[in-house]
Amino acid sequence: MFWLALPIAVVAVAVFVLPLTGLLPAAGQDLDATRRPPGFLSGGSWSHPLGTDKLGQDLLTQFIEAGRVTILIGLVGAIVAIGPGTLLGLLAGYFRGWVDRVISVLIDAQLALPFILVALAIIANRGSSLPVLFLVLALTGWAVCARVTRSATMVVRERQFVLGLRAAGASELRIVFRHILPNLGGTIVALGTLQVGTAILIESALSFLGLGVVPPMNSWGSLLAAGQDELSQAWWIAFFPGLAVTLLVLLVNLLGDALLTHHDPRKRRR
Amino acid sequence: MSDVVQKEVPGGDARHPRALNNTADNSANRHQDDSQDRGQGWRTPVLEVDHLVVEHRNRRTGELFRAVDQVSLRIGAGESVAVVGESGSGKTTLAMAATGLGARGEGDIRLLGHSLSAVGRKQLRRLRPEVQVVFQDPHGSLDPRQSVRSGLRELRSLQPERTSWIEDTDLLQRVRLEPSILDRYPHQLSGGQAQRVCIARALLMRPRLIVADEPTSGLDVSVQADVLALLKEIRANTGAALLMISHDLAVVRSVCDVVHVMYHGRVVESGPCETVFARPEHDYTRELLAAMPGARWRSRR
Amino acid sequence: MKTGPAANNVAVPPTKSGTPAATTGGATPAAAKNGRSRRAGALRRAAARIAALLASLLIALSMAFMLGRLSGDPTTTILGPMATAEQREALRHDLGLDRPLLVQYFDYLKGVLTGDLGQSLQFYQSNTSMIMDRLPFTLQLVAAGISLAVLVGVPLGVLAATREGTWWDRAASTVALLGQSVPVFWFGMMLVVLFAVNLGWLPAGQSGTLKHLVLPALTMSVYPMAQIARLTRASMSEALAEPYIDAAKARGITGRRVVWRHAFKNAMMPILTIVVLQTGILMSGAVAVEYVYSWPGLGQLALQAIQFRDFPLVQAIVVFGALVFVLLNLLVDVIHSIVDPRVR
Repeated sequence: MFWLALPIAVVAVAVFVLPLTGLLPAAGQDLDATRRPPGFLSGGSWSHPLGTDKLGQDLLTQFIEAGRVTILIGLVGAIVAIGPGTLLGLLAGYFRGWVDRVISVLIDAQLALPFILVALAIIANRGSSLPVLFLVLALTGWAVCARVTRSATMVVRERQFVLGLRAAGASELRIVFRHILPNLGGTIVALGTLQVGTAILIESALSFLGLGVVPPMNSWGSLLAAGQDELSQAWWIAFFPGLAVTLLVLLVNLLGDALLTHHDPRKRRR
Repeated sequence: MSDVVQKEVPGGDARHPRALNNTADNSANRHQDDSQDRGQGWRTPVLEVDHLVVEHRNRRTGELFRAVDQVSLRIGAGESVAVVGESGSGKTTLAMAATGLGARGEGDIRLLGHSLSAVGRKQLRRLRPEVQVVFQDPHGSLDPRQSVRSGLRELRSLQPERTSWIEDTDLLQRVRLEPSILDRYPHQLSGGQAQRVCIARALLMRPRLIVADEPTSGLDVSVQADVLALLKEIRANTGAALLMISHDLAVVRSVCDVVHVMYHGRVVESGPCETVFARPEHDYTRELLAAMPGARWRSRR
Repeated sequence: MKTGPAANNVAVPPTKSGTPAATTGGATPAAAKNGRSRRAGALRRAAARIAALLASLLIALSMAFMLGRLSGDPTTTILGPMATAEQREALRHDLGLDRPLLVQYFDYLKGVLTGDLGQSLQFYQSNTSMIMDRLPFTLQLVAAGISLAVLVGVPLGVLAATREGTWWDRAASTVALLGQSVPVFWFGMMLVVLFAVNLGWLPAGQSGTLKHLVLPALTMSVYPMAQIARLTRASMSEALAEPYIDAAKARGITGRRVVWRHAFKNAMMPILTIVVLQTGILMSGAVAVEYVYSWPGLGQLALQAIQFRDFPLVQAIVVFGALVFVLLNLLVDVIHSIVDPRVR
């Protein structure tokens, strides 16, 4: 797991620390140097390691800047989905009965809606802003989290220590929040990790369609969108942000998978 | 540890008539008993189960499965009663229903004279500490995220008055565990140690009834005898009644006075241990006895 | 988990071999009920499941209704900012927006039942007919995409499962995870750059011939391929761990035959389930792909609708997606009950 966490840490450091060092090329337009290819391609220069866009702005600087936005949105987007999702899944899985039935119907209803359209419609209407983006990420993410938490809860609640606590006079709420929840900690962390990947993908899709983050703010998704019109002349503008999203999400998913198998309550008996 | 409190064997015969069908004639006696017992405080039966039926529905097929079928039993204060039977005979379901922890089922269950179907949730929670359960899998009975110490602390916070009678270290000494174990987590305990912690947790509540559900079958043979001795000793010292669920007749014989044999959800034979073991009446009981390890050797002797 | 809480705690000591009455498992005589009650139970279960699905559908429809109302006042969208109050009022009346919300809601539900999904603000056409016009294109894309996903994903998953823990497994699993991590539209764009712009082998946009379908279908297949491969690996490795596989091997049935005839047969159900459900999700995956390739399907239509704030059309497409999803779910349940003898 260390070997997965390491590159993620490297990305985070690069994105958050590099801008502070002053090593990056200056931001700003340079109309004499538009659509320059990256330094390692013929015709490129290392003064712009990833090349420049149609206004001659340095792509590496933009890339790092946008990476910060992407990662932060991924993290916050995962948290806002995990929070309500975990809570509802916990309640449904523990109390069963009508609580479970109501929550399960809500989960199914949410999953039945084509989420990308719902997200687009909400944003188209309310306008692009970070709060709306997080609302959309929460709406599209909670159901899956709730479903997984629900089934994990149903496993943990059958353990005998729950009966023991009940026999000692512990209230149901105490059992749920003091005992079941901590025992799901690993699963929830794993779920949250996977959700970071999902949130980054959704955000980049929304930004790509022009309804995610809006200028002057940039994410990898919006850089990609900007590069779409330049594909035939300057493919690298869109290439690197997309590659970055892919690799970052891959790493996050690998880490999440590893955590999930590690904490699967069905595989670990105690 | 020296003085044995009281052992209520004599009443056993009257209360557990040896009948294949112990329901009909038993219920007539029971009401008489009730009126006598209520007046005399400690003689109130700890647990009375009356014509209990528990059914499970198979979620997949929707089939109904009768796990417990018309079972009646009764445990007086300080008594030691066993329910034996093979796996799937409904003994655990019976125990869980009887203690108000599992599916309630139909039929009347009275804990310390309170009918479970009549008590409210609040009262049930107050009643529950009177019955403590020791399970088969000691590790599964402890929250893996809680050290022994914080587990005990939680029990104390749940029942402050009930648990103030003894310090943690003394409690552990009673179950022969070192105080150093307090800061361990369940996964750092051996099976025997974990089971002792479970017994200590039960003991802390000063219950009137301890339900032991196959308390030794998850343990190494070497520690089984110790745990049984411990249960016996606790019963003698605290006067708590014991309901032992087991498939192991040798275990039952060494600990219990009265035995109920369960087969396919029904009680097929009941009576004082010695009698049942010496002169089994039901075929199934005979089979169980024959299947006991060393049975042939013992019978020859 | 299947038989209620108490049954789970039933201690299972080793059955004594000397006991003739050693009936293990749940099939004790007390439980042996006749076939009729079993069938009644299955029916009850099916009814409960359908009821739950319908409830979900109703909630989804209600959410879609709210989505349609989000727009607030559509008259500005249609008439522009210069319209007079009377004009707006008249239009609102025409659209039925001056009636109480509850009446509108029930009208909407009635419409959904009769297949009438309202009128587009932008095209002045029936939403249903527009959806039906575009549907064949999306279906074509979805069918090609899902077939490709199955053709690649299933063997990939089987490969990983049969060589669990080896380098093959790791490679196949990583490829699968990669498919789940790549932004679909970006993948599409890069395919365009490579095959259309640089190599010139395939067309970049539009539709019509089989050649036009290749890149969009490939793009479309990536995500479900990943899901299918991962699930195939999981259920295959579970099936391969079952005792009957060892039994089959012990009887001399070897290699490929064990994998395909025995393990795969038992892993089929979850795989089939995910294939059907992925088909449902692809309807929403179509948006990005159709955008990249200017494919004239439902996704494009939805994007146009969103761009022009044509919320009735957006709502109609969302409703259509939800209906498809619920129907596919129902289909999965039906397949389950036919294939799984325990349910039947």
